[in-house]
Amino acid sequence: MSGNGYLTGEFFASGDDACAEGAIRAGCRFFAGYPITPATEIAERMSERLPEVGGTYIQMEDEMASMAAVLGASWGGVKAMTATSGPGFSLMMENIGLGLMTETPCVVVNIQRAGPSTGLPTLTGQGDMMQARWGSHGCYSIIALSPSSPQELYDLTIRAFNLSEEYRLPVLVMSEAATGHMYEKVTFLPPDRVEISSRRKPTVPPEEYLPFNPDSCMVPEMACAGEGYAFHVTGLTHDERGYPASSVAVQDKLVRRLVDKIEKNRDDIIEFEEDGVDGADVVVCSYGISARVSRIAVNRARQEGIKVGLLRLITVWPFPEDRIRQIARRAEAFIVPEINNGQIVLEVERCAAGRTRVIPLSHLGGGVHNPESILHAIERVAR
Amino acid sequence: MSKTVTDGKHLLDPYLRVERLPHIWCPGCGLGLVVGCFMRALLKSQIPLDKVAVVSGIGCTGRAAGYIKLDSFHTTHGRAIPFATGLKMARPDLKVVLLSGDGDLLSIGGNHLIHAARRNIDMTVVLVNNFNYGMTGGQLGPTTPLTARTTTTRAGNQEEPFNVPALAMAAGAVYVSRWTTAHFRRLEKSIHEALLKKGFSLVEAISPCPTYYGRMNKKPTGLALMQHYRDHSVIKSAPSPVSEDMDGEITVGKFVDIERPYLPAPGGQPA
Repeated sequence: MSGNGYLTGEFFASGDDACAEGAIRAGCRFFAGYPITPATEIAERMSERLPEVGGTYIQMEDEMASMAAVLGASWGGVKAMTATSGPGFSLMMENIGLGLMTETPCVVVNIQRAGPSTGLPTLTGQGDMMQARWGSHGCYSIIALSPSSPQELYDLTIRAFNLSEEYRLPVLVMSEAATGHMYEKVTFLPPDRVEISSRRKPTVPPEEYLPFNPDSCMVPEMACAGEGYAFHVTGLTHDERGYPASSVAVQDKLVRRLVDKIEKNRDDIIEFEEDGVDGADVVVCSYGISARVSRIAVNRARQEGIKVGLLRLITVWPFPEDRIRQIARRAEAFIVPEINNGQIVLEVERCAAGRTRVIPLSHLGGGVHNPESILHAIERVAR
Repeated sequence: MSKTVTDGKHLLDPYLRVERLPHIWCPGCGLGLVVGCFMRALLKSQIPLDKVAVVSGIGCTGRAAGYIKLDSFHTTHGRAIPFATGLKMARPDLKVVLLSGDGDLLSIGGNHLIHAARRNIDMTVVLVNNFNYGMTGGQLGPTTPLTARTTTTRAGNQEEPFNVPALAMAAGAVYVSRWTTAHFRRLEKSIHEALLKKGFSLVEAISPCPTYYGRMNKKPTGLALMQHYRDHSVIKSAPSPVSEDMDGEITVGKFVDIERPYLPAPGGQPA
């Protein structure tokens, strides 16, 4: 460890540990959480590491409280996060909504297990992908990232913090037990190799400050508690002063901006990885651990002479619609392996809009796909 | 209180978001009085105002934060205390105060209240108890007395209400008091003491809701409810062992004023 409390260099680490280190690297100095398999190790590591870097860890009484505490800490000017799994994610939805409405930067990590309900606590799943998009009530856009390895849990947790600070919203890291509990070599980066973003602070004196005035970039400058700005924040529909305003016009203006600040910056936010997609007859579109398993199948199919590509989604929300539409014009089929009964496949279908076949490949959780099953799906389409 | 109006302005105007007035509270409601007591107690405490954050949940009292010209947060229903816990733990230099109601703090947020008291988080809670859910039209709440009528207990409430001071005391609060809006000087003094207390302090302010609770229970005006408080309150040094019933004695007073380790611990993280 270097003198400033950051770990640098190569480590044999679990995805959960890598996530915690990524958070600390990104500047996270507050963690509130509640124990839950398979995300508990993130809380455990944060409880040890945060005091070493001058941060604060608190174990709350439940996940509703954890999410609320994270928002409170963020309004105190401290980068904050929580980590959970399906049952806790459900409880966090309420205050994720408050975070969206009040434009509060923070990170929520979901190490998914198989549901519904208590489901398979110790075994992997990807069943919360639509909940990530739509789980809190009302209209909004959100950012969700999907890491495929412990290294990416480190890298994408940093990116999640940066996006949350730039766009002022809760950003979701949607991993799963298979990756969170996987041990691999992970490189923890030195400070000069990590870019860190922080929220824009007010550039005007308190008497001129409008806390929800978005100016040209759609994301308002953010004062924090104790800085003398005497601002008001509410989960009610509010005007630029932050005051409640119950009208169709204010609702339209506010919610449209909350959506637009994400949707109109898709090019900056969306990240995916392609392998041989251009010219492929079959494109496997997947994410997280399922993309990693898909790679095995794709490589074997290529050995059989099948022209198959892999599109690995790194940003799942907002969904990379444009790229899917482009591919749908040329490829003969999409195959979408995921550890649920078909969630992201619905988005692929929507964007493909009947131009090409879209084949779901579901696994209901508790394990990952057998690469053979993906290979067989590719072979069936290719024949 | 010799003179409360000067040049057409209230003495507390500089500390209120006057551009938001008139407020949404009904005639006869006690909330304006509680906010006045709070602001005067805060000013008397000499705590720097730019280091004070006010947090509210949802409900009539939940709107209080929005009228006070300080850093103020109107959160989700029941979650004011955990929001405030995060704020205080991240920023120990801030004085964090909660103004919220009985439904918000004791029903949907009841678990958070007892855990904040157990942890002894350094915050002051002003719990305004009007015995029902006012914002939604006068339904049964966690403090509605036995036999009281509400819009969801037309034949009379059959549930035992919380004994708020006893609950806070058992959960570990280091300062617990209870007054009614008829005792507004004592209420103000008590809030002042609570603001200066290190640890989890709770002041319960019993407050009229003439529009719903009062009309449903034969005390249809703020005045009738204030009269009831005056006639039925008894000052004691310990909370009543039982929850009050509708027309019996209202036990008020300062019940707890003790010291024990609190969070955030002075000088950093606890070992």
